Amino acid sequence: MSQNKAKSKIGQLDEPELAPLLKLSGITKSFPGILANDAIDLTVKQGEIHALLGENGAGKSTLVKIIYGLLKPDAGTFEWEEGALSLSNPAQARSLGIGMVFQHFSLFEALTVCENIAIADDQKLNLKTIALRIKEVSDNYGLPIDPDRYVHSLSVGEKQRIEILRCLLQKPKLLILDEPTSVLTPQETLNLFATLKNLASSGCAILYISHKLAEVKSLCGTATILRNGAVVATCNPKLETAKTMAELMIGAKLHNIKRPKKSGSHDNRVQINKLNLKSNDPFGMDLENISFDIQKGEVVGIAGVAGNGQTELMAALSGEVIQTGSHETIFFDGVGVSTMRVAERRAMGAGFVPEERYGHAAIKEMSLKDNALLTTSQKLNLVKKGFLQSNEICDLTHKIISDFDVRTTGLEMETGNLSGGNLQKFILGREILQNPRILIVSQPTWGVDAGAAVFLRKSLLDLAARGCAILIISQDLDEIFEICDRIAVLYQGTLSPLINTESASVDQIGLLMGGKTTE
Amino acid sequence: MSQIFQFFPKFVLEPRLEVSGKWVILSPIIAIILTLFSGVIIFSLLGKDPFLALYTFFVQPLTTMFGITELLVKATPLVLIGVGLAIGFKANVWNIGAEGQFTMGAVFGGGTALLCQHMESILVLPLVLVLGTLGGLFWGAIPAFLKTRFNANEILTSLMLSYVAVLCLSYLVHGPWRDPAGFNFPESQIFSDYAMLPILIENSRLNLGTMFAILVVLVAWILMTRTIIGFQLRVVGLAPTAAQYAGFKQSGLIWLSFLISGGLAGLAGIAEVSGTIGQLLPSVSPGYGFTAIIVAFLGRLHPVGVLFAGLIMALSYIGGENAQIEIGLPAAVTGLFQGILLFFLLACDVLVRYRFSHRSVLTGERCE
Amino acid sequence: MDLLPVALTIITASTPLLLAATGELVTEKAGVLNLGVEGMMLVGAIAAFAAAVSTGSGLIAILVGAFSGVAVAAIFAVLTLTCLANQVATGLALTIFGVGLSALVGSNFVGISLEPLPQLNIGVLSTIPILGDLLFGHDVLVYLSFLMILLVGYFLSKTRSGLILRAVGESHDSAHALGYSVLTVRYLAVLFGGFMSGLAGSYLSLVYTPLWAENMTAGRGWIALALVVFGTWRAGRIAFGAYLFGAITILQLHVQGWGINIASQFMTMLPYLATVIVLVFISSDKMKIRINAPQSIGKVFYPPR
Repeated sequence: MSQNKAKSKIGQLDEPELAPLLKLSGITKSFPGILANDAIDLTVKQGEIHALLGENGAGKSTLVKIIYGLLKPDAGTFEWEEGALSLSNPAQARSLGIGMVFQHFSLFEALTVCENIAIADDQKLNLKTIALRIKEVSDNYGLPIDPDRYVHSLSVGEKQRIEILRCLLQKPKLLILDEPTSVLTPQETLNLFATLKNLASSGCAILYISHKLAEVKSLCGTATILRNGAVVATCNPKLETAKTMAELMIGAKLHNIKRPKKSGSHDNRVQINKLNLKSNDPFGMDLENISFDIQKGEVVGIAGVAGNGQTELMAALSGEVIQTGSHETIFFDGVGVSTMRVAERRAMGAGFVPEERYGHAAIKEMSLKDNALLTTSQKLNLVKKGFLQSNEICDLTHKIISDFDVRTTGLEMETGNLSGGNLQKFILGREILQNPRILIVSQPTWGVDAGAAVFLRKSLLDLAARGCAILIISQDLDEIFEICDRIAVLYQGTLSPLINTESASVDQIGLLMGGKTTE
Repeated sequence: MSQIFQFFPKFVLEPRLEVSGKWVILSPIIAIILTLFSGVIIFSLLGKDPFLALYTFFVQPLTTMFGITELLVKATPLVLIGVGLAIGFKANVWNIGAEGQFTMGAVFGGGTALLCQHMESILVLPLVLVLGTLGGLFWGAIPAFLKTRFNANEILTSLMLSYVAVLCLSYLVHGPWRDPAGFNFPESQIFSDYAMLPILIENSRLNLGTMFAILVVLVAWILMTRTIIGFQLRVVGLAPTAAQYAGFKQSGLIWLSFLISGGLAGLAGIAEVSGTIGQLLPSVSPGYGFTAIIVAFLGRLHPVGVLFAGLIMALSYIGGENAQIEIGLPAAVTGLFQGILLFFLLACDVLVRYRFSHRSVLTGERCE
Repeated sequence: MDLLPVALTIITASTPLLLAATGELVTEKAGVLNLGVEGMMLVGAIAAFAAAVSTGSGLIAILVGAFSGVAVAAIFAVLTLTCLANQVATGLALTIFGVGLSALVGSNFVGISLEPLPQLNIGVLSTIPILGDLLFGHDVLVYLSFLMILLVGYFLSKTRSGLILRAVGESHDSAHALGYSVLTVRYLAVLFGGFMSGLAGSYLSLVYTPLWAENMTAGRGWIALALVVFGTWRAGRIAFGAYLFGAITILQLHVQGWGINIASQFMTMLPYLATVIVLVFISSDKMKIRINAPQSIGKVFYPPR
């Protein structure tokens, strides 16, 4: 238990002592191969906004699932309003007054808003009463929503609103939000913060989980920082600098990467002209009139909140969905590729990295070797006359692992055991080693730890420096501003004009993400 | 005062870090042993001496040369169909209408044999075999077409078509193809020697069909492990979206799976009638098409595994017949055994991907 | 030609389909695909028949049939829900097992015939001409089939438990995150499916043909599965589908009576071919299937971290 004492206390908490609402001590939880929570102590007081800060994989989600009764800790004590108890399920947590807004929403697409809220309301089903209560609470907090809509027809921001309303309807004493802003525009984020501050002032405690330091600084009064499953510090974020908190969170210094100045060459590698595509998913988004271009050596970023057509755009560019219209809309190196399938587009030197890693970019149940072959099988030296060339495939896999610093136990290891960052390095490595002329990447660093994220972004910039035209589709505005030369915003299936990064502001892009143009 | 979370020892399933190669092999062996145990119980319930029954069922058939050749004769269709199904199942294509494709193989091939009844040419046999295979292939192509073109569930369509195929055969042998000199029995004429597969061992029914089965196992083994087609089939089975992303043509792979499994079932069907039966009957299969599903799973969807699994299931057929004759066990025991075996296999298979983990009592101390 | 007997036989032919499809609807709505309907029906059929022969009581026979269906469904539930086995493979295994088990038990019952279940006597109503025969002259299982599909339709759309069941079928991860026991809901749904299939089997061996014959379900379990797709997972449409298929099945019996000369095999094919055609017709609208099908159907649930 020595780590507990060794914990560094930085920043004095000199606010008046409020009664502790929730007190955790020594919470420990392990999964096979991972110690997710290591003797964690955490106290949340009434009416405070408390940040739980940490990198991807630091153990934040595990801890809040324990608080919400979804996971049982291996060890540790749980006190609620100064009484010890043991939570057996989320219904019990809800009855105590604990509400939770999940990062990956716990919503049901084929049910209505009303039904989605009713299901978390542990009472007899009466949809009419619930609709009335929804209206009342949503008016109170300025969270408008139509109770009769089906969830699949809503935007991501609206979906989050349902999650929040679902909690508010139960008059919570503690509201837990897991990375809530990752799906919001900067302006929506401000609105959310106003709602949260409003809630806190009425006495509701908020446990706010994030890895974004700026947000935590502006919103939270206390922060508990986790690293590798253990608490490394508790501090007042308003008294700390972003830099000190980042170092505590990451445990090392990170070097910022520099985007090289664009060479200014004009070589139209990708040209999209008025692309229209009807989504083949009933819960999807249609693309309308999308036009943009990417030059040789350029990185173009497409910002936007998830669910605005990113998946469909990626599928249209990669050829996984072929549009049926008659005229050419997609040109690679000046050649119309609209009717070409994935394999033909790859043969023209294009590479793709879709957002979903397992089941799309890689196969969990297959070895690294097999996954290396997944997109490279057209390469002549890997398959001869239909037969797999085992040695060449091994060599390629080795090269990906060593060049891209993938931590693995061997070529036969199942890909499902790689961490998010290692998996993404492997996937990106596989595409980059094919020397693409065009590379289209969706959410390159989503859910990846900071070290790997820097490595991935640097790899992309190096590739662009060698002349590749790169398209980044990302929800992460910081990332887009960090590595892209030009930026466009995807909203409701339409794309804004491209803006040079130098002349773009976060506010301007944020407004576009919410469907508003700057006046 | 703080209350301590208390946990009692309990077993939970935890995902393994990698597929357990040991359990891939162990699981079917344990399933077979458990099935034998169930056999002891079932035989006792039926009022038979369980060990005599087990002996009659599983050992006695193998004590004679004829018994062993019969084992190979029964295993042949099971292996031929099982290999095809295993390839399809790997690709997540659920052709469960092999019974119908088998029957159509018999219909097309047998029909050809009847047409060529008076031709005395060594070309008759190859023609019969090719048309039989094409018959199964054609019957397998229908669900493939309906799946790729209309998105219709292949499990239901292929199964429904099995009923149709069996009824077609029934119509033919009751009507147009009935042997005029056959005392009105619903049977066709006996095929001419030119349409019959050569017998390999005198005084047995072991014929060239068995060689086909072995050859098919080898070819399928190479196809699935060494070629890009096999790789593509595996990918599409595990993650269709990834297959699409990789640029593999999903509909093509569905077609291929159905053509391979349908064709092999057709070959099994024609090999059965032109090698073992020698004429068309209202029913040419004691459920080979369905048993082959078990064969494919028991054989771990691997061609070589299917070979062994086919032999084991063939033994259950012969053993069932033997036990019926020797100690009067109902023939249906065979089907029951087959079902139980598949249950145990599926239950044991959980250990390939998961393991039981034992959580010890924790009281505040972290246990490492 | 008298249409009344035709209408009556359509009701008898449709009832087993409707009973089995009602059960499978609930199972699938909870996100489980149980392809073993045929097997469960066969086990229900022989169990009910055996119970009827040995006790002479229709009620006991029905109960034994239904709960035998529950018992074999329990095997499926343990394998797919607790042992995380593939649902398609396990469903096939259940059918193979059911065929074998019923044939084994049934070998002692071949050639015995039963008195069919008595018609319910609903007082004066049953004596009304035509309507009385059509609506009030049936056995208890026919009424039960009407009642169950109505109840299931109400349960799924109007009750809180029904909402939870649908939620589990839509997204087991979300339902789990909200603290609902996915496994409990699915166990109950699978067992209910077994109960209804058992009833359907009982109907076949007690009423439809009061005899035992090996494989007497003749693919009806599979047709019931197709009906759930045909009805796009909605109770009303499933009931319609069951009666449509009942009518097609009955057609074959009457065609020859109407003087049309077709080999009986081709007439017997009709329901199977109709199933294929109907599946093609419904499935070709991919959007419709995507919107109506429970999103988690057939997927193995392992609680996430």
